Amino acid sequence: MNRTTFLALAALLGAAVPGGATAQTQLNGAGATFPNIIYQNWMLAYNQTHPDVKLNYQSIGSGGGIRQFSDGTVDFGGTDAPMTDSAIAAIGGNVLHIPTVLGAVVAAYNLEGVAQPVRLTSDVLADIFLGKVTKWNDARIASINSGVTLPNQDIIVVHRSDGSGTSFVWTDYLSKVSPEWSQKVGKGPSVNWPVGLGGRGNEGVAATVRQTPGAIGYVELGYALINKMPFATLRNQSGNFVVASLESVTAAAAGAMKDMGATTDFRVSITNSAGAQAYPAASFTWLLIHKTYDDSAKARALVQFVWWAENDGQAKAPELGYAPLPKELRPWIQTRLKSITAGGRAVWKGPATE
Amino acid sequence: MTSLPNLPIEGIPSGRPSGETRWQSLLGADRSDRIYRRVLTGIALALPALILVLFGVLFVESLPALKRFGPSFLVTSTWDPVAEVYGAAPMIFGTLASSFLALLIAVPLALSVAIFLTEFAPRWLRQPVAFLVELLAAIPSVVYGTWGIFVLIPFLRTYVVPPLKAVLGWTPFFNGVFYGNSLLAGGIILAIMIVPYIAAVSREVLLAVPTSQREAALAMGATRWEAVRSAVLPYGRAGLIGAIILGLGRALGETMAVTMVIGNRHDIGISVFQPAYTMAAAIANEFSEATTDMYLSALFEVGLILFVVTVVVNAVARILIWRVAKDAAVGSKAL
Repeated sequence: MNRTTFLALAALLGAAVPGGATAQTQLNGAGATFPNIIYQNWMLAYNQTHPDVKLNYQSIGSGGGIRQFSDGTVDFGGTDAPMTDSAIAAIGGNVLHIPTVLGAVVAAYNLEGVAQPVRLTSDVLADIFLGKVTKWNDARIASINSGVTLPNQDIIVVHRSDGSGTSFVWTDYLSKVSPEWSQKVGKGPSVNWPVGLGGRGNEGVAATVRQTPGAIGYVELGYALINKMPFATLRNQSGNFVVASLESVTAAAAGAMKDMGATTDFRVSITNSAGAQAYPAASFTWLLIHKTYDDSAKARALVQFVWWAENDGQAKAPELGYAPLPKELRPWIQTRLKSITAGGRAVWKGPATE
Repeated sequence: MTSLPNLPIEGIPSGRPSGETRWQSLLGADRSDRIYRRVLTGIALALPALILVLFGVLFVESLPALKRFGPSFLVTSTWDPVAEVYGAAPMIFGTLASSFLALLIAVPLALSVAIFLTEFAPRWLRQPVAFLVELLAAIPSVVYGTWGIFVLIPFLRTYVVPPLKAVLGWTPFFNGVFYGNSLLAGGIILAIMIVPYIAAVSREVLLAVPTSQREAALAMGATRWEAVRSAVLPYGRAGLIGAIILGLGRALGETMAVTMVIGNRHDIGISVFQPAYTMAAAIANEFSEATTDMYLSALFEVGLILFVVTVVVNAVARILIWRVAKDAAVGSKAL
């Protein structure tokens, strides 16, 4: 009996045996908090059409997700910051980064009497966070905001105090656009902030910004939109001032695809992307999946779920405040998913075999 | 509490030699009693053992950081997860400073409440007010934090800081720009949180002061306030110190409410207007995303320091109580 007929038979058997007798596949994941809302939504929706697969995701943070995934405590992980080369080497390279949706980070501010969105260039933004531009009516801010009267007020920087993928995206962006930032501070889920107050979580930063006149702080785009916080328009690499929106975030990923190439491991930063309409502080969020699993049933169920999320699941993204991936990315993801094996055999042959 | 009274118990025939009380002679008389006693002893010893295990785990997990940074961890101020350079001085300072500030505000307040409730309040008012004060302890700390951000900080910014600056701005303690999230806000939130603990225990202590103390003072011609000051408070001082230490212990370990208002900045500033950080807040904030081993180990070392600081504070308090309790004041044996 060759493999396909065996599979077909197994599927037939599975379909024939009523409910309770089919083994339920339980898949556990843990990691980033940012995609938690859409992951929970996906898992619930997927379970309704695939009652034999039960998925569970705990939003414990990217760092915790990487740790649990590496220790083998969970079947898959979630992260906003890709694993480092050394972390990948530590688990023998047995990991794939599969992007699921896109997020963006915006600079929300609190300026009374300024109705128009404030425009900022990347070098001014970096200097604000470095503590070198300290007044809202600084000549460098005023020159890019002609027609807007900016108050003579101290700029109070607010950053995350907890380790966070949001901070990673923000510091990654600042590192790319400012050599001084890259050298003095660097990028990471937590960094040594040159100035400012720390708020716990998006809600902590948002609350502090709201309560502090003259404050500027970075929060997730979705969070700023839901809470109707004003945020700055940023100038991207092409020189255009771009408002952060789901479209301009997807455009950032599309713009970065040229640099990635079809053989990418997806561990790429898409901040400061080249697209004309690309918002510069955008990022993938990834699922961490092993290249090889011991349990082929588990691996197959996981891959099928991920492929569903990359197709049907994407439609749910905008309403939940996430930017969908560019469609052009799907063939690349499919290739990666097909390469996953269990017991030396590929667990999934692509959508046609379903 | 106190040892059992050395009195004959009615209904139990006396047949034991004198010198040993009848109650004590019953101990261990029965087999089930002995088993019960051993089980209780085991449970009682398990708790100190747990503390030792806790200390051991913290120590072992901090070893990489201890080896790499040594004593400089305690005195340097850089906390840079990117470069993997860690120094906890600002957090140690912030923890002690915010707790001290909290005591400075909470102790007079809580003692006033306790004295008012036991000595001066009309009888019908005592229970309701005591109940409401104790209710403060039941509010979750995240609610305090939220209240701190949305009510306390704007209030401080508008009504408290400008006059403070005008009067005391020349001292280094009230210097600089007030951003809102600050040591001052953290200290006040902590003070509100520990008032109910200090007030409740102090009230119990004062209630336990014998009426004869007050009567004696009043008979000597003292006013009511003089009676409180010269007879009641000295009598209960060991218990009152114990109440304050209980509040301090709570303040040192409080995490959520503090991190929401203190500004979370790794910096040492003498001004209460500056943002600060506490050890408990840093651990809670950074633990989940501490991706490298050294980062994690540094956080464990912060936990170890917090543990040691708490133990030292409690030990000092215990010594203090022993010293003032020599005259067998109220509550000293309970604490």
